[in-house]
Amino acid sequence: MIGIVGYGGYVPRLRLSRKAVVDANAWFAPQFAGKSSGTRAMTNWDEDSITMAVAAARDCLGPDENRSRIAAVFLASSTLPFAERQNAVIVREALTLGRHVDVLDITGSQRAALSALSEAIIRAQAGAGDTLVLAADNRKTQAASAAELDCGDGAAALLIGHDNVLAEYLGAATVSVDFVDHFRLAGEEIDYGWEERWIRDEGIGKLVPEAIAAALKNSKIDAAQVDHFIFPTSFQKMEAQLAKKCGIKEAAVVDGLARQIGDTGVPHALLLLARLLESSAQPGQTILLAQFGSGAQAFVFRVTEAISAFRPNTGVSDYLARGVEESSYTKFLSFKGQLRLERGMRGEQDKKTALTTLYRHREAILGLVGGRCEKTGEVHFPPSRYSYTPGHPALDTQKPYKLAERRGEVLSWSAESLSFNMSPPHYYGQIDFEGGGRILMEFTDISRGEVESGTKMEMVFRIKDVDEVRGFNRYFWKATPVRPQSSVGDKKKGSE
Amino acid sequence: MAKGIKDKVAILGMGCSKFGERWNASPEDLMVEAYSEAMADAGIGPEQLDAAWFSTHMEDVGTGRGGTPMSIALRLPNIGVTRVENFCAGGSEAIRAAVYAVAAGACDIALALGVEKLKDTGYGGLPTATVGTYIPQWYPNAVAPANFAQLATAYRRKHGVDAALLKRAIAHVSVKSHANGAKNPKAHLQKTITEEQVLKAPIIAEPLGLFDCCGVSDGAAAVIVTRPDIARALGKKDLITFKALQVSTSNGWEMHSNQWDGSYVHTARIAAKRAYEEAGIRSPREEVSMLEVHDCFSITELVTMEDLFLSAEGSAVKDVMDGFYDADGKVPCQIDGGLKCFGHPIGASGIRMLYEMYLQLQGRAGPRQLTNPKIGLTHNLGGQPSQNVCSVSIVGLEGA
Repeated sequence: MIGIVGYGGYVPRLRLSRKAVVDANAWFAPQFAGKSSGTRAMTNWDEDSITMAVAAARDCLGPDENRSRIAAVFLASSTLPFAERQNAVIVREALTLGRHVDVLDITGSQRAALSALSEAIIRAQAGAGDTLVLAADNRKTQAASAAELDCGDGAAALLIGHDNVLAEYLGAATVSVDFVDHFRLAGEEIDYGWEERWIRDEGIGKLVPEAIAAALKNSKIDAAQVDHFIFPTSFQKMEAQLAKKCGIKEAAVVDGLARQIGDTGVPHALLLLARLLESSAQPGQTILLAQFGSGAQAFVFRVTEAISAFRPNTGVSDYLARGVEESSYTKFLSFKGQLRLERGMRGEQDKKTALTTLYRHREAILGLVGGRCEKTGEVHFPPSRYSYTPGHPALDTQKPYKLAERRGEVLSWSAESLSFNMSPPHYYGQIDFEGGGRILMEFTDISRGEVESGTKMEMVFRIKDVDEVRGFNRYFWKATPVRPQSSVGDKKKGSE
Repeated sequence: MAKGIKDKVAILGMGCSKFGERWNASPEDLMVEAYSEAMADAGIGPEQLDAAWFSTHMEDVGTGRGGTPMSIALRLPNIGVTRVENFCAGGSEAIRAAVYAVAAGACDIALALGVEKLKDTGYGGLPTATVGTYIPQWYPNAVAPANFAQLATAYRRKHGVDAALLKRAIAHVSVKSHANGAKNPKAHLQKTITEEQVLKAPIIAEPLGLFDCCGVSDGAAAVIVTRPDIARALGKKDLITFKALQVSTSNGWEMHSNQWDGSYVHTARIAAKRAYEEAGIRSPREEVSMLEVHDCFSITELVTMEDLFLSAEGSAVKDVMDGFYDADGKVPCQIDGGLKCFGHPIGASGIRMLYEMYLQLQGRAGPRQLTNPKIGLTHNLGGQPSQNVCSVSIVGLEGA
């Protein structure tokens, strides 16, 4: 049996109030008055499709250091930060996967995640090791556009393999057609779209049913047998209309989370699937998921008895519950690079990255791998040839020691408004790791009053600095407060 | 331990420029101010100088690199001029080099001068610095106030001190320094302030507000040192001699191990112990007459009182609030206003601290003169609490 052996998701903590957007733009775009309900997920300034993919992967893989079962990583996105420099290999380094793992960026359409899934299934059928399918999107939209309100940011992960299959792969089908509902030339940032009625009726309305019919036929499943139907769309009730057209029962339609987070783009089908698998999927049930873009693609899975044996590390439901409503539209525009706020002279500091240095220290920088002294057990970050043991510095006794999945606590901290930071005040402090190790590091995703000496923290992979002169992102790890599981009802409002 | 330099080297002369926002003074002008005062005080000519050490930290916004900026500005007679740089402790390093050269017998008379021109950057506070190619890829884009502010968070937790009480105690530190600085015509800031003003000031780095941070100043200071016998031969009486010069430098233990608790400065304790031993001081709280410490931030000064073994661990808050370190207290601290008010031109600060000790020991400190001080201590810290260079120096009347 082959299929899904693990899953995870990630939704950024910030949820932009649609009302804040609609109100701010009311003078210019009063036609959106009816779209002001709910929130959309928005990335923090230090998140992109790479960092969100890492977060979703960690949600899927959990804290286990042994990730040797993974033979390939596919990263699907329409918003990959780098056009040259493989994005997926950065994810591999961050996850400290083996250097012989195959990595691949898959992009170019909104169904890129399903294209990646298709390739992962083929690898599994060929008897290869597990493939980690990651999808993430961090789309930039035009200010005062419908897309700005409809889109959200997020990521998802599926692990495809043979052992302990949670959802068995039954079949799939692809329709590849150059139906240009929207496009974006290389180097451009914002999509250009065509008339919605045409997209809905001639595009989605015809191409998706074709893919679904073929996938169900290949799976030997009748449409009426589908228990869960996932189809991400920004068109209201489109998924219900499709279900009806395809003969899928109305109750099977999975909510698209438009109200809470919006349409996250490439990852959205997998994100909805991850949420379904962690919450309501029952053994024996059939799941149909489809996505539209340069044609359409559909997959059919059947949930197995093993479904209850797997839990994601945090889970999409918890990420949904952790949302903090953001009422500042200018913060959203600033984080998306669409509004340049005054940075002061301290914002002029050159962020040129020495690539030689990055390569020498890539395991420490991207993987947060320290050095543990074999004699004393003391942990060093960054790793060094001599240990710090007072009076007895030992030479070359340190072995690689991974810190990313270890929690820590704040020894000391401050928050300052002097240096330039995209989200002031700038928090940082010393983190002492459980099991040893200390790093003076930056904090992220933090609210005022949330941190004190002794606060438990965990690690997240984020953008450290942006070199705007040369166009390069530096990535490193930051500390964020450990948040209780299922903290539903703990929502805060306002702007941090 | 080696015998040390106690009473082997004396101060022949000192000079210090006016500190502050010296908009119309170049670093060369500042050097000339400090040097000419020191040379006049020493009563010697340039041909009598054997060697010089030059301290400046931010060459990119100041004088440029190397020893030539000082040699050219002062038209020194082609003697060796060596630039030293050790963060904010560079001034003390220049002194140490000159004193050691004299003590070694390699020089008869040596000059140490520090200068910093910080007000050519276009903004308040310290300029951003470059730190190699690896550190920026993982280390926070940190600024000094937030690095030192962390002393406060760790100190509160370790000693169970209420945040409001600690905030008041460090406010007292600044109020005291402003009161002292108001009596110093060379000080950058010469206005008194109230505790209420400190507590209400805007936050720079939690919990430090504007008045918890020292001035960012232009300035220069210079000292000329020689052997006591040469000083006497040049007509000097009541010599001020070096009792101890100690420097301790972090090796990463604080920053990377889990053993340091973040509430104190490890190197300061090591340097202080060594300095007391070198100077033969057994009970610093009783024997030290006065202090100039590295009060870059008010919290730094507070924990330093414990690091120098003047206040018992956990009791600096009480001592500070009791006025123990005020001008009329048992051990006056920052009698010249300190970094807080005299100002902090980085490369000059260690020498400026010595300048006040020198004036006080000679009875030349004017309206802020203390009564019969015998031993003065300077504490000059470079870097930040978890990784730094700390200098502790002790000077006094010859034979004291």
